[in-house]
Amino acid sequence: MSTSSLPDHVARQLAATPKAQLLEMLYQMLLGRRFEERTAEMYAMQKIGGFCHLYIGQEAVAIGAISTLRPDDLIVTAYREHVHAIVKGCEPGPVMAELFGREGGVSKGKGGSMHLFDRRRGMLGGHGIVGGHIPLATGTAFAAKYLKRDYVTLCFFGEAAVNIGAFHESLNMAALWKLPVVYIVENNRFGMGTAIERSSAIYDVAQRACAYDMASETVDGMDVLAVRDVVGRAVDLARREGAPTLIEARCYRFMGHSMSDPVHGHYRTKEEVQEQKEQDPIRSYMNLLIGAGLVDRQAVEALDQKARAVTDEAIRFAEASPEPSPDSIFQDVYSVPYGPYTTREQ
Amino acid sequence: MAVITYRDALNQALREELRRDPAVFLMGEEVGVYQGAYKVSKGLLQEFGPQRIVDTPITEEGFAGVGVGAAMAGLRPVIEMMTWNFSLVAIDQIVNGAAKMLYMSGGQFNIPIVFRGPGGAAHQLAAQHSQSLEAWYANVPGLKVVAPSTPADAKGLLKSAIRDNDPVIFFEGETLYGSKGEVPDGDYTVPIGVSDVKRPGTDVTVVAWSKMVGVAQKAADMLAADGISVEIIDPRTLRPLDDGPILASVRKTNRCVVLEEGWPYAGVGAQIAYQVQHGAFGDLDAPVARVTGLDVPMPYAKNLELLVMPSAARLIAAIREVLYLD
Repeated sequence: MSTSSLPDHVARQLAATPKAQLLEMLYQMLLGRRFEERTAEMYAMQKIGGFCHLYIGQEAVAIGAISTLRPDDLIVTAYREHVHAIVKGCEPGPVMAELFGREGGVSKGKGGSMHLFDRRRGMLGGHGIVGGHIPLATGTAFAAKYLKRDYVTLCFFGEAAVNIGAFHESLNMAALWKLPVVYIVENNRFGMGTAIERSSAIYDVAQRACAYDMASETVDGMDVLAVRDVVGRAVDLARREGAPTLIEARCYRFMGHSMSDPVHGHYRTKEEVQEQKEQDPIRSYMNLLIGAGLVDRQAVEALDQKARAVTDEAIRFAEASPEPSPDSIFQDVYSVPYGPYTTREQ
Repeated sequence: MAVITYRDALNQALREELRRDPAVFLMGEEVGVYQGAYKVSKGLLQEFGPQRIVDTPITEEGFAGVGVGAAMAGLRPVIEMMTWNFSLVAIDQIVNGAAKMLYMSGGQFNIPIVFRGPGGAAHQLAAQHSQSLEAWYANVPGLKVVAPSTPADAKGLLKSAIRDNDPVIFFEGETLYGSKGEVPDGDYTVPIGVSDVKRPGTDVTVVAWSKMVGVAQKAADMLAADGISVEIIDPRTLRPLDDGPILASVRKTNRCVVLEEGWPYAGVGAQIAYQVQHGAFGDLDAPVARVTGLDVPMPYAKNLELLVMPSAARLIAAIREVLYLD
């Protein structure tokens, strides 16, 4: 394949990104997919409880975006975040153990699917109130400026979150104060079962940035290199000039909103889901790399085998991890325990 | 020991903690250029600059969350609510964010933050600006709730709150800012979670905090003329509640009245009354009585507002009731 026939962003990324990283991104997409497929199985087997939101179909967004970060950069996400956590560096075993509600989980079994945290990896949750975490990311960016540090915060949320006040309040402050934060709207078209056309007065979410005189871009969220290209520029801008950006990544979730939601239903048709699955971001990227001569099918198969093996190992780790001790119930309510939190009496 | 106002005591606490620790900053509406809606932050912008005394848009949910995020990243924010009434648009950040982060992260992210501002009714501010929301916040595990009644307690507790590694909800009394009292010199702190005997007495225990301590003092002065000796216990911290001194007092007086400005239903006083009957049941010679704000939104009319607020007269009636004097 001649690079001259490729879209600009693809040519740019293939030229600028080391081959090892291009392949790592493919591996991470495969790992994210296999991890979530097995998560669905584990949920069906009732090894996992509560609300559980799968990322299948949207992998290009988290993986393209997080591929642009340094280890000391931070991410703050909503509740569809298993893959974000793993890509940010959380080990798959402790992530699965958290879904299982086990002591070895990243949040010691106290958080669950929606509240994955890993301080060492810059994974700042895992938050369950739609849009409620957007001010937190604005706050970590405020701290970067305050402390004169050059880390960048990525904040991920769905398109339904842009209608809540916290989004607007955050964008206003980030633009007003010039904070190093990149807001990434994962526009998967549906807030639960409500299509964006039925919830937002404006279709082009990125245009919301105009109200705050903020840089913005819309990107194909099914194209991992496009996401990497756009987020990379925004991260540079944030790091260099402390300026925020709003990015709308248009993607699609192939599964239901949560495990209790059918893949399609009253709000979208089977045919629509099927049509979107034809645009599978992993297959597209795989074909691109094969076409560019960077990998062959055998090597892809090996990566997939590795992803499956790592997922199997994560499940083994989760199974082997004990349930949290009843003694832990009053731990970590306060950093210095008092009263009932030292005696287990209430 | 200097005699200063409650407002100046808070200002001193902020100034000293800002000097002591560069991670401390103050953020809120009108805290900087305007010098504070109630002048608590007077002069701080001039000393510490706009990076640390941060004026915000009117965006309580936004800046409450910025504070929580900044705390996750290592800072020690003091977030001013111009009044606690406005915190209701920020309560998601306080309850779902600040209070739960340590727990749901399995102990990884403590949130050393203070949310502070005036609470309670002032004078004819009507329904939306006259609320005592202590019970709302005291209900939440993960928060600490403080409500000082004197300048010394205000200074000492605010300094402790800023140094605390967990979120502290700090209720100042809107009508207390001008009140004066002695404040110890130097680096004066009051520990969170320690009750204080504000007036020793022998016949009845009155539990009161924030500006209700003044109402209790007034009633006690009036009752003293009738030979009735009132002991006033100020918990100062409503969560964690230090009920030891309250119970010790009740064991001595055998009678207890809990006074609070807020609404009666599920108020902090209900919890205190429960703990008194549970911890000192055998010592009680009368049921624990409560005097509270009336169970209505605050009316504007001056005469009605006075009827809604707990008064010395209502407290005296309750005290006489538990003493079986009427």
